[in-house]
Amino acid sequence: MNASLVKRTLAAVAAVGALATGMGAAQAEDVKAGFIYVGPIGDHGWSYRHDIGRQAIEAELGDAASTSYVESVPEGADAERVIRQMAQTGHNLIFTTSFGFMNPTEKVAKQFPNVKFEHATGYKRADNLSTYAARFYEGRYVAGVIAGKMTKSNIVGYVGSFPIPEVVRGINSFMLGAWSVNPDVQVKVVWANTWYDPGKEGDAAKALIDQGADIMVQHTDSPAPLQVAENRGVLGFGQASDMIKFAPKAQLTAIVDNWDKYYVSRAKAVMDGTWESQDTWGGIDSGMVELAPYTNMPDDVKALAEETEAKIASGEIHPFAGPIYDQAGELRIKEGEDATDEMLLGMDWYIKGIDAELPK
Amino acid sequence: MEWIVPFILTVITASTPLLLAASGELITEKSGVLNLGVEGMMLVGAIAGFAVTASSGSASLGILAAVAAGTLMSLIFAFLTLTLMANQVATGLALTIFGVGFSALVGSGFVGFAIDPLPALSIPGISAIPIIGPILFGQDFLVYLSIAAVIGIAWFLSKSRAGLILKAVGDSHHSAHAIGYSVIKIRYLATMFGGAMAGLGGAYLSLSYTPMWAENMTAGRGWIALALVVFATWRPGRLVAGAYMFGLISVMQLHAQGAGIHVPSQFMSMLPYLATVIVLVIISSDRAKIRLNAPACIGQAFRAAQ
Amino acid sequence: MVRLEPRRQHSQAMVYLSPVLAILMTLVVGGIIFAFMGKNPFDALYTFFILPINNSYGISELFVKATPLVIIAVGLAMGFRANVWNIGAEGQLTMGAIFGGGLALYFHDSESVLLLPAMFVLGALGGAFWGAIPALLRTRFNANEILTSLMLTYVATLFLSFLVHGPWRNPEGFNFPESRPFPDAGLLPIIFEGSRVHLGTAVAVFVVIAGWLLLSKSVIGFQLRVVGKAPQAARHVGFRQKRMVWFTLLLGGALAGLAGLFEVSGPIGQLQPSISPGYGFTAIIVAFLGRLHPVGILFGGLIMALTYLGGELAQITLGLPNAVTGLFQGILLFFLLASDVLTKYRIRFGSIAAKGRTA
Repeated sequence: MNASLVKRTLAAVAAVGALATGMGAAQAEDVKAGFIYVGPIGDHGWSYRHDIGRQAIEAELGDAASTSYVESVPEGADAERVIRQMAQTGHNLIFTTSFGFMNPTEKVAKQFPNVKFEHATGYKRADNLSTYAARFYEGRYVAGVIAGKMTKSNIVGYVGSFPIPEVVRGINSFMLGAWSVNPDVQVKVVWANTWYDPGKEGDAAKALIDQGADIMVQHTDSPAPLQVAENRGVLGFGQASDMIKFAPKAQLTAIVDNWDKYYVSRAKAVMDGTWESQDTWGGIDSGMVELAPYTNMPDDVKALAEETEAKIASGEIHPFAGPIYDQAGELRIKEGEDATDEMLLGMDWYIKGIDAELPK
Repeated sequence: MEWIVPFILTVITASTPLLLAASGELITEKSGVLNLGVEGMMLVGAIAGFAVTASSGSASLGILAAVAAGTLMSLIFAFLTLTLMANQVATGLALTIFGVGFSALVGSGFVGFAIDPLPALSIPGISAIPIIGPILFGQDFLVYLSIAAVIGIAWFLSKSRAGLILKAVGDSHHSAHAIGYSVIKIRYLATMFGGAMAGLGGAYLSLSYTPMWAENMTAGRGWIALALVVFATWRPGRLVAGAYMFGLISVMQLHAQGAGIHVPSQFMSMLPYLATVIVLVIISSDRAKIRLNAPACIGQAFRAAQ
Repeated sequence: MVRLEPRRQHSQAMVYLSPVLAILMTLVVGGIIFAFMGKNPFDALYTFFILPINNSYGISELFVKATPLVIIAVGLAMGFRANVWNIGAEGQLTMGAIFGGGLALYFHDSESVLLLPAMFVLGALGGAFWGAIPALLRTRFNANEILTSLMLTYVATLFLSFLVHGPWRNPEGFNFPESRPFPDAGLLPIIFEGSRVHLGTAVAVFVVIAGWLLLSKSVIGFQLRVVGKAPQAARHVGFRQKRMVWFTLLLGGALAGLAGLFEVSGPIGQLQPSISPGYGFTAIIVAFLGRLHPVGILFGGLIMALTYLGGELAQITLGLPNAVTGLFQGILLFFLLASDVLTKYRIRFGSIAAKGRTA
């Protein structure tokens, strides 16, 4: 067998081992943080980014903190047991990083009042249960502005995972951004019905490009749609991570999930006793939503993107500023008002002008 | 109509991994062995192919590594089921569990690596001919290999002496043994061929279809490949038809969504599975023909009488 | 050179001893792998096999995890004995959850004691309905059930996804993909206070006993045993293959459906896109681990469940990635499946003459 393969394989195995040794050892520490992931950390998407946030805790807090994780926890009967085992094994701060963990997290939180729980993307809170999520739609608005400037065919292809509020909100925000600079843009949406199947995501991207799309946007986890964009010579946006390596000529920017700061701050809060139950919905200003370097675009578009990003961070632009009508023509957000968080949280309608039907 | 060519190209790429893995499994099953571990063998093939290509820079070495890795996986299966006579169905499933874990472990160092996709064939002049140029003369090596493999298998099963022996072993291992053929040895070889082709199917995913490594990137294609062998009623020609039909409908439903069809996307996603069932029902109605093709000894352990 | 020499009679001792040997072999090989990964092998093996069940909560969770596996595997084993290859139990499980769970959603403010029994019936019917399709296609159109049952699994999963993303979405749930919570009258009672062990676990034990009786005492059980051992003979005696196909697919489907209902009306308490981490597939392995015998399946289900629990703890306490759990599970299964050979054969080393007798 090839020598460098052997070397790399051994290195990979050793790295896993080294990582593991670092985690099991700590005992009477201030913070022992546990993470529950819905996918494998090797998915290069959602769970991968959360794990990078976990590593940030170890890097920043050093010996004062230890972390552990369980990956690929099914969103079903198993979640409750895993969360409880985390609580029982001395973890005092537990992050459950998928919507489907909401009810089990709430249940276990009740039984362990001294343990702090943090649930991502849900809406149930308690004295020892916080929620947190990121306003990825802000990043998608910036992406929309860029797309509006860069498209020649005026057709954007959008690969969606499932028609849930998070994704619908992203499509709406993207289109509001695009229309702010180019009212002729249209979007075609294909639902892959999976968060993660590189082949299928790529095929969806190909179908959209064949139908005239020259910008690819994705709300699925793998770099496949962007890779397809690169191969077919169109442009696109990365998801969750900076994916420039997969598409050096195609990636305009990527909407990066960055949980590092939040995780470190919450761990510190437990250490100094200031942890309180709260609802965090961090946007560009908090650093939770990051935009990867703007590439493959002319300077004026880059300047516009940077300006939009800065204005969203400062609050000058709210992507969902009224008046906003839905497809039926009903006024959802009044002139002079912004969408409320509650409206954004449960968004299940397309804004007027989107030529697609939302599956009900 | 300019979308026609890229559409066909998309169908070809979606179908090729299924065809590669399924054609290997077809030979395995024809010898009377049912290996449900295709998904696991594909994954190990995918990571081996990717890891070697990424480390050495040579896709040819990567493809060879995928073949070797798939074969090694099938050898585990063969040893357990043929030598130790463990149950084939359960061992195949265990092989998939093992393969998912093993590939994830080896692959943990390769997440986020990018490589160049397999180069496509390019014959100056010919590959540029409209429509047939890109379709017939613009694919990568593995696509041609998948077609060549099926043609070879069809010839092997219908025309060659070795193919007749293989079928005899699958249809009646006791008779084959009585005539003097080494049932176990032949089944070992057939199982290894299945592993090698599954490895290639995996390599096609990680080197060409979506050139990357991510855990579980086969996303169930090994299972579809297994179903396609049954769908094809163990005939190579129908295997091509089945794999391409599955690919075609999978891609068509994505196109239909993009074109704005007003049907919930979940129902659209069901179409390839439903179509496979319906077509199978239609072609299965002729009982006699099916029975002729199905290897009678499939899944049964063989032990030569002492 | 290793040779196998057939025993005149199946070794009764080996029936019980071989799984133990297999586990010992797994401990050795697993220990080597853990050592290679820089772990203390004894710690790692303790974490996998003992730590999950060294307290009453752990044991209760073992039962919760094994419940669906055992219920499904007993049903599947009947089919496998008759050479009916239902590999779509996952889809039948999903349909059972949809049918039974749908009833709980329709009567979401019910307090009736009849709700739960009605859900049982509908859950079993839903699974049986999904098993009936491959049965019909096989008996009527000769379509191979391996393909049809597997394909219908994808259809069922997508159908559930459609329901919880659309018409059955919780109206008070901010449009997230989940149904309403089931009413209390639609939740399984807990058998042991303070645990998650629910009525379904008791049903699993009942299913094991009933399956045992069915196999050993009933006419159809006799037929199943004969068909499995000597299909040719069975055909001569005139057992009707079609009836066998219908019986096993309906029974397997009904039990899988019931298991699915138990998951959603037990530990989950609502419908959501993902209700099973592949129990329908894992149960196939459990069926064979148990040598297609209900009592064996009970043990097979518990061992399989233990490896999942152990895998979770190995991640939490040792930081071993999930991939290692898969690897380890694979190896354990390889040994357990291969060890069956010892009941029928002796292993001899050397070319012809016996040098050492190990079994």
